[in-house]
Amino acid sequence: MTVATTNSPAEAETVTALPPDEIIMRAVGMTKLFPGTVALDHVDFNVYRGKVNVLVGENGAGKSTLMKILAGVYQPTEGQLLLEGQPVTIKNPLDAARQGIGIIYQEMNLFPNLNVMENIFMAREMTNGRLVIDKKAQIAQTEALLQRLRQSIKPDDLVADLRIGQQQIVEIAKALAQDARILIMDEPTSALSTAEVEVLFEVINDLKANGVSVIYISHKLDELLQIGDYVTVLRDGRLVDEKPAGQIDVSWIIEQMVGRNPASLFQGRDHEVGDALLRVEDLTLPRVGGGYTVDHVSFTLRQGEILGIYGLMGAGRSELFECLAGVRQGATGRVWLDGEEVTAGTVDGRIKLGMYLVPEDRQRDGLVQTMSVADNMLLPSLRQYLNRFVLSRKKEKEAVTKSIKNLSVKVANPNQLITSLSGGNQQKVVVAKSLLTSPKVLLLDEPSRGIDVAAKSEIFEIMSRLAGEGYGILFISSELKEILAMSDRILVMSKGQITGEFAKATATEEDLVAASAVGHGLANYKNGNGGNSHDPS
Amino acid sequence: MTQANPTVVAKRRLTGLDIQEILLRGRAFIALIVLIVVFSLLNSTFLTPANIVIMAKHVAINAILGIGMTFVILTGGIDLSVGSLVGLAAMIAGGLINEGLVLPMFGVIVYFHVWAIILISLLVGALLGAINGLIITRFNVAPFIATLGMLYAARGLALLRSNGNTFPNLVGRPELGNTGFPILGSGEFLSVNYSIWLMIIFAAVAAFVAAKTPFGRQVYAIGGNERAAELSGVRVKRVKTIVYMISGFCAAMVGLIIASQLVAAHPATGTFFELNAIAAVVLGGTSLSGGRGSIGGTIIGAFVIGVLGDGLIGLGVSSFWQQVIKGAVIVLAVIIDQVQVRMQERAALQRQQQAV
Ligand SMILES: Nc1ncnc2c1ncn2[C@@H]1O[C@H](COP(=O)(O)OP(=O)(O)OP(=O)(O)O)[C@@H](O)[C@H]1O
Ligand SMILES: [Mg+2]
Repeated sequence: MTVATTNSPAEAETVTALPPDEIIMRAVGMTKLFPGTVALDHVDFNVYRGKVNVLVGENGAGKSTLMKILAGVYQPTEGQLLLEGQPVTIKNPLDAARQGIGIIYQEMNLFPNLNVMENIFMAREMTNGRLVIDKKAQIAQTEALLQRLRQSIKPDDLVADLRIGQQQIVEIAKALAQDARILIMDEPTSALSTAEVEVLFEVINDLKANGVSVIYISHKLDELLQIGDYVTVLRDGRLVDEKPAGQIDVSWIIEQMVGRNPASLFQGRDHEVGDALLRVEDLTLPRVGGGYTVDHVSFTLRQGEILGIYGLMGAGRSELFECLAGVRQGATGRVWLDGEEVTAGTVDGRIKLGMYLVPEDRQRDGLVQTMSVADNMLLPSLRQYLNRFVLSRKKEKEAVTKSIKNLSVKVANPNQLITSLSGGNQQKVVVAKSLLTSPKVLLLDEPSRGIDVAAKSEIFEIMSRLAGEGYGILFISSELKEILAMSDRILVMSKGQITGEFAKATATEEDLVAASAVGHGLANYKNGNGGNSHDPS
Repeated sequence: MTQANPTVVAKRRLTGLDIQEILLRGRAFIALIVLIVVFSLLNSTFLTPANIVIMAKHVAINAILGIGMTFVILTGGIDLSVGSLVGLAAMIAGGLINEGLVLPMFGVIVYFHVWAIILISLLVGALLGAINGLIITRFNVAPFIATLGMLYAARGLALLRSNGNTFPNLVGRPELGNTGFPILGSGEFLSVNYSIWLMIIFAAVAAFVAAKTPFGRQVYAIGGNERAAELSGVRVKRVKTIVYMISGFCAAMVGLIIASQLVAAHPATGTFFELNAIAAVVLGGTSLSGGRGSIGGTIIGAFVIGVLGDGLIGLGVSSFWQQVIKGAVIVLAVIIDQVQVRMQERAALQRQQQAV
């Protein structure tokens, strides 16, 4: 928080002596229409030179749309872009790159069939002479970038094999490789945990020191105040306010973006915890090339319990969920549900038993991009809408209408394509899908990824309600605050093993972080830096 | 376009934008109507009842194959084997009628009733489709390769059945109780040929299955994102296998219709039919990458191909030129389709902007 106040305009002038204007880029009167939606309505947006310009707003407020206009992906319906005070049109992403504008898209934009290095240098390959790719130089630079982000990803790792958090790191590395002067980051940390976010912030501060202007979007509000210099709030496609970060706090942001008092947000609720519902014994998933991704994990989930699972990237949390959901065929170990051993090994079989996985990677695993919002929502629970063998439009419609209302999905018409929804609203659809299957055990892998505060509180309220009705909920989150607030009990994983178990009453952020670093040698770094990072409000 | 309230329509002037949109909505239909208008202007006998009946019969064949192919392509696959399965089904039916089923170990020859023969041929089609499906889903072979293999293998089996010869004169013999096969091809109900009724029935059932049943929904889901479909509990392998079975079944139906119409079964029947079927599907707006498309579109696509083919013949265009023109029309139609999608979006936005 203190960072922001020191970066007053006075300092900005010393950094940018040449053009006196401290605004490098400006969008004036931006309007963008989509069929059935006004995504942006005469929005003005300033990008301050060498600053971190934060953009916040509810899901569907128009943030990504505005960024895509700056990056040449969309043409505005109306409005003008000014770069260094001069009117410009940015025809396409290549044009944007030429003008020095780089972007990390909200939805990953990598080639899964290519490796990390090839992705980072896609269409900007380094060459020997003109034709031949200089692989050595590319590898060296990729390694340097990944080192800078303190990741153990290798340049020749196939992107398809990376988890979504790692993919996000690759996206960041790719953007850094461009040497942009304006770098747009649309929710770059949605799949990262606190430690990785810290690293990113160091990188961003480096960039700032080198005069790069950053535009930063996130729904993790503490993060925004920690890194941001200026905060712009959008609501329903309109500009609400723009303020220096030093003058505001989290509740101001919430009030501006939601339009109501943050105190009304859900804070977690106590509920009864009953008998054992799910018992897992010795669950093991071998890793190709030796070792275990999930290393002899045993635990019990009780009725009405929300069991949080914390860990760093690559700790094996998602893989654990995938084993439980029947996705991983190589898994061994025993699972009991309601006292009966689970023998079904397929996803379909486990769904029928009442175990449903909400996957972390919504684009790859969660959504059928060619289908409508309604069809996506209903896909796992189609059996429920049958009249004999025929899908009843009436039953389908009822279910869809109810889900859209429950999770306040912002959609003009449920029959529109799922890809036309904003990222956070797509995530709500993924969650809605799972709830319609009425599962006994819900496996939620980062369910709140990219979701705004209000919707998060709605999802938590639903989790709490389900728990109150005796369902069991397993819940992965990389956000310490979230996991501490929501869980009755917390397991921490590191390197495939459970390295800690904490009751809600006694758990602290430091405990979780320490347990998650077991076997990583990361603990020192965290202690030096992490202590003050999650203290606001 | 579907304004229920006539006064509203009357008040709103039909702007250029509206006309544009009307044209865009029914784009496949429009290609068909243009073809019909052009051919009937150039050829006075084009729209005579006799000619229409012939055309409709040709359309039925492409349409039935296209229906099976639509399901396959919706899952993101392709079935190259349908032409060969047409030939094989024809040969099986022809063989069973003329030669019966020889069981050497019992020293008997079994002659089946025509109904049983039709059923057996259809089942063989579905079974070979199932083999396609199993190879694709269990051994992870690309659909293109698996069905290419079946294309060769099934054609080979068709040739083997008769040593390359034709089974002629498939009328059966009264003393064997297997007469009546030609009725399938020549029979009529309400003075409409059976094959056309079959097309209508297949299309209706398929359209219903695609739009109204969980199976149909799952087919679309697999084509759109197989992983997400699986995680949603769709039994991907099973659905995919069924889809190839449907395609094989449709191919066998076509084989029976053709053999019955000709009253003969020739092992080369159906050669290259897979290409017509794929063209019908694509012309109907179904995406080759899966997940998008409709049965209705395929039917219109089959009409376009049928009308185009017969229209050119009627004009006396040389068969060489027919091929050139057919190829050009197919590609052109898809290009127009692509352009139109974009124009449609723009038109919708312009309208919205005017409304604001
Ligand atoms: N291609 C599209 N077609 C139709 N509507 C669209 C399209 N893209 C975005 N929209 C609509 O525009 C609005 C703004 O979307 P946008 O993606 O900019 O939201 P966002 O602020 O980034 O939200 P989130 O926090 O969920 O990412 C939403 O209502 C969305 O449904
Ligand atoms: Mg967004």
